[in-house]
Amino acid sequence: MAGLELLSDQGYRLDGRKASELRKVQARMSVFAQADGSAYLEQGNTKALAVVYGPHEVRGSRSKSLHDRAVINCQYSMATFSTAERKRRPHGDRKSSEMSLHLKQTFEAAVLTELYPRSQIDIYVKILQADGGNYSACVNAATLALVDAGIPMRDYVCACTAGFVEDTPLADLCHAEESGGGTSLALALLPRSGNIALLQMDARLHQDHLDTLIEAAMTACKGLSEVLDGVVRQHLEEVSVLTRD
Amino acid sequence: MLKSKTFVKKTRAGGVLKIVREHYLRDDIWCGSEVCKECKDEAPVLQEDACIESNLCAYPHYLIPDTNVVLHQIDILEDPIIRNVIILQTVMQEVRHRSAPIYKRIKDAIHEKEKHFYAFTNEHHRETFIEREQGESANDRNDRAIRVAAKWYTDHLAKETNGGSLKVVLLTDDRANKEKAEQHGLIVYRCEEYIKSLIGNPELVDRLALQSDERNEITGSKLLFPEHLPLSRIQSGIKNRVFLQGTFHASRDNYLEGTVYINREGEDINEVLLQGLQNLNRAVNQDVVAVELFPKERWVAPSSVVLQDDSPNDEDAEEDETEKKLKSEPLESSILKPTGRVVGIIKRNWRPYCGMLSQSIIKEATRHLFTPADRRIPRIRIETRQAANLVGQRIMVAIDGWPKNSRYPNGHFVKNLGTAGDKETETEVLLLEHDVPHQPFSQAVLSFLPKMPWSITEEDVKVRADLRHLCVCSVDPPGCTDIDDALHCRDLPNGNLEVGVHIADVSHFIRPGNALDQEAASRGTTVYLCGKRIDMVPELLSSNLCSLRSNVERLAFSCIWEMNHNAEIIKTHFTKSIINSKASLTYAEAQMRIDDTTMNDDITKSLRGLNKLAKILKGQRIEKGALTLSSPEVRFHMDSETHDPIDLQTKELKETNSMVEEFMLLANISVAQKIYDDFSECALLRKHPSPPPSNYDILIKAAKSRDFSIHTDSAKALADSLNDATIKNFPYFNTLLRILATRCMMQAVYFCSGMDSDFHHYGLASPIYTHFTSPIRRYSDIIVHRLLAVAINADSTYPDLMDKHKQSALCNNLNYRHKMAQYAQRASVAFHTQLFFKNKGIINEEGFILFVRKNAIIILIPKFGLEGTVFFENKDKPSPHLSFDSEGPTLKVEEHTFHIFDKVKVTISLDASNIQHQRIRMALTEPVIPGVSVPAPESEPEAKKPKLDR
Repeated sequence: MAGLELLSDQGYRLDGRKASELRKVQARMSVFAQADGSAYLEQGNTKALAVVYGPHEVRGSRSKSLHDRAVINCQYSMATFSTAERKRRPHGDRKSSEMSLHLKQTFEAAVLTELYPRSQIDIYVKILQADGGNYSACVNAATLALVDAGIPMRDYVCACTAGFVEDTPLADLCHAEESGGGTSLALALLPRSGNIALLQMDARLHQDHLDTLIEAAMTACKGLSEVLDGVVRQHLEEVSVLTRD
Repeated sequence: MLKSKTFVKKTRAGGVLKIVREHYLRDDIWCGSEVCKECKDEAPVLQEDACIESNLCAYPHYLIPDTNVVLHQIDILEDPIIRNVIILQTVMQEVRHRSAPIYKRIKDAIHEKEKHFYAFTNEHHRETFIEREQGESANDRNDRAIRVAAKWYTDHLAKETNGGSLKVVLLTDDRANKEKAEQHGLIVYRCEEYIKSLIGNPELVDRLALQSDERNEITGSKLLFPEHLPLSRIQSGIKNRVFLQGTFHASRDNYLEGTVYINREGEDINEVLLQGLQNLNRAVNQDVVAVELFPKERWVAPSSVVLQDDSPNDEDAEEDETEKKLKSEPLESSILKPTGRVVGIIKRNWRPYCGMLSQSIIKEATRHLFTPADRRIPRIRIETRQAANLVGQRIMVAIDGWPKNSRYPNGHFVKNLGTAGDKETETEVLLLEHDVPHQPFSQAVLSFLPKMPWSITEEDVKVRADLRHLCVCSVDPPGCTDIDDALHCRDLPNGNLEVGVHIADVSHFIRPGNALDQEAASRGTTVYLCGKRIDMVPELLSSNLCSLRSNVERLAFSCIWEMNHNAEIIKTHFTKSIINSKASLTYAEAQMRIDDTTMNDDITKSLRGLNKLAKILKGQRIEKGALTLSSPEVRFHMDSETHDPIDLQTKELKETNSMVEEFMLLANISVAQKIYDDFSECALLRKHPSPPPSNYDILIKAAKSRDFSIHTDSAKALADSLNDATIKNFPYFNTLLRILATRCMMQAVYFCSGMDSDFHHYGLASPIYTHFTSPIRRYSDIIVHRLLAVAINADSTYPDLMDKHKQSALCNNLNYRHKMAQYAQRASVAFHTQLFFKNKGIINEEGFILFVRKNAIIILIPKFGLEGTVFFENKDKPSPHLSFDSEGPTLKVEEHTFHIFDKVKVTISLDASNIQHQRIRMALTEPVIPGVSVPAPESEPEAKKPKLDR
């Protein structure tokens, strides 16, 4: 029969959240010793792993290097087992190239690249399990990895999706909500300044609703930034305890 | 606030996919009861003293129905007596899955404040969520979830009231579930048990749906019908083309016959005939069914016998005899039709039916048969204790099911509409049968009306063109209170004319999306019945604020053209405006002013200018091939006290009618072009497809009988040949032809420009058309107003207006409502005609033959616009010698041959032998055919005084 009811009359979503509530976010930093920075992040059932190398000299062709700032190189990939259907995902397919490009743009806006001229920063992210909001999980994980690598940034970059169902904006969509039709908007925010690093939406939405939707996504991002900040501080405490010994 | 305990729920779909979903459990879902102090619910729904008097539970209690109770007993739950019910999320989900209409109804009940229904989200509550256990079926798990929730409520309320008297009662009809619940110490009743225990509301018992429980096996074990196949087998059968899927249409005249229309493309058979109860196999009109075709040897011609199921009582009498009669029909191989039998029902399309009770012969019996007003619906067996009260009343009954061992479907009583034959009751019946929403407007809808006293504000004046100085007037039928159009015409300094059409600005008062708007959208149109009007918008708007009455300031949407004296448009201008109509005229008054050469005031001059232009416009339109069609329309003169019709008059068309019409058409076309130019994807337009050539067969044949040829290649050719077809000493001939031509036409429909490519309006010969001029009585016009307002930057847009799919869905509803409104209108005219003839007694009248059938002729009486059939076969008399020639078509009865368009004389009387289906009976008096015609009554029988007749 009819599809899923995304928002009940009582105001609960499919998974029991209310319209503005986020999924549970859990994260760990420094999960790999080899890399300069790394982080693992769960946003509900969406799980992402981010690894950062650099800043280092530009590898490959020298022509890519920029004389006044660092080059940011992003690579996005999904694990074969990340979705319901097992599927081999070759590198460089359209979807992941687009995603890589988005990530690159996002972090060029956040990292203080001008501090490292003629060098390169690599960010690798992998989705281990996909359940909606892949882009935002990647951004959030990569932010933590960059913090872990000690690369100076203007602010945390927090990303979150928002959708629009029955005239109500929903924050942090899960897969069922994303695929259930309707609009999905991804937004990356520098929370302290309120600047938007990236805003992306490919479905149709009436202009009148755009502001409320962006508003909802920004509130969600600010919520996320608190969680991320908590994770960083916790990590710092743990590390400082270790080093004191 | 978010205390999220993550649970993982696994479901498999398609065998391979593994879907993992999060499931958050919360501790901020409140119980919704007034007594509860712990829950921080701001507006608790459930009342503290929830008292329905019942001799099973003497204490205040809340009800928790399980899924099957909601599904089957929704009529009971909707009753205003039943309040304080907890609907669990588990139940909602299951209902949603099983039946969309019932889901909608239960949702409506929850929204109804008076009902105190509370939807409890038990699946996300920390204490009431359960996981499916190993080896437990989904159904069992849901039953357990319901029990757990009921248990939680019991404990929770006991704690809150310190063991007080407030309890919860679980209603279930499932025996196993009931036993288990009792073990857990819950209070459980069967639905029937509980309803019967209610003191003081015995009528509720009648509404209980019959359960297909063993108790109700009334008809013994004899199987009357073959079993229906399960859905899975039907589906595979349809895929393999063993079965065909289609919509079942029962025959109006023969209860043992029906047709299934196959609506799949690429199928060479699109109609399957079903004959006999066994083959119909419990299909009810409008059901979607699967049929199996019979081999060619068994194909037959549809019988032309009229059979009505009126065996006197409940007995499942043998139908063999009648069925034999069916089969002994002579076979002509040319007209054989594929036959088949129903193997299964894919979707039932049952609705509550209006009709009357036929009381059982046994005096004390509680089971009775119900005869629906719609002849295509079988009789329904219902159980009621108030049969004696219901006899002679129009009642409403819903079908619950049709077991294979029962001759009739089982149903239950829903509501009493009133005494049959009563004008109010009959009107109610025809409104219900035609699905016309006619309840009074709800409080929510009325709350969006402007506050009285209302006046035009400064802001309105600022943004609108002030046209109060113009000499605007309206021309309408007499007694019209919802005036939605007004006109003006004046000379411009440059010698041209300025013509304005001013339409009531309804969209100013009805803002998109609010309850008022939604109600209007769902009603779609105002329905005009004889002596009654069912408004689309509340009366304050329709007859007052929007109505462009004379000498008051009103908001309008104006369409103003600059025209030269040849009626060529030089400039078109749309604007929101303020007008002050100088006069509300009737057609006759306007005509008088135009004709009266002594009158020379502004209004009259304006009218003359309009009239002159209208004639030119009409000429241009007819030149382009617009059709002038005709249909006999009548008006009743009502008695002012009893509202009984006392006289009947065919509608007369004056020049002024056509004048107003001409400018409305022009405005509609101009607006259609404008909104289509601005919104090519989502303009709401109206089209009238050209009919397929085969539709014209009757018309061509009929004209040929009088040696005229009708060309149907184009609208223009048709219009011309209709104009040419006149007979000198038979002036009504042309009108008759036009009446026939009208019957050949297709329905005009609304559509959304983004969803269709053919915009042509055949009847008006216009490439594009829409409805703009009657926003008070048509919702389509409101949408067009909004589109136009956006196009001229007078109003803001909103998302649904620009969504072509939503527009298209809206169009479908509007088309449906318009069709139904038309049918209701016709039914109302028919009913009033009957009332009229009841008062008149028997009358002699002249008429013309409109159609010739195999055993009958259909006669039109121009004086009353009435159509009736004269049958030549009679049950009790030996039928005369008939020979039918389909070429003519002519019918030879004994020595006399009837041609189409022949003039005949008939007597008209009311046949009231069947109270549900009273009808007009016609009998032939001239030409005189021995044994067929009846002698004309000597003198006109005295018309009884209508008032005494009541």
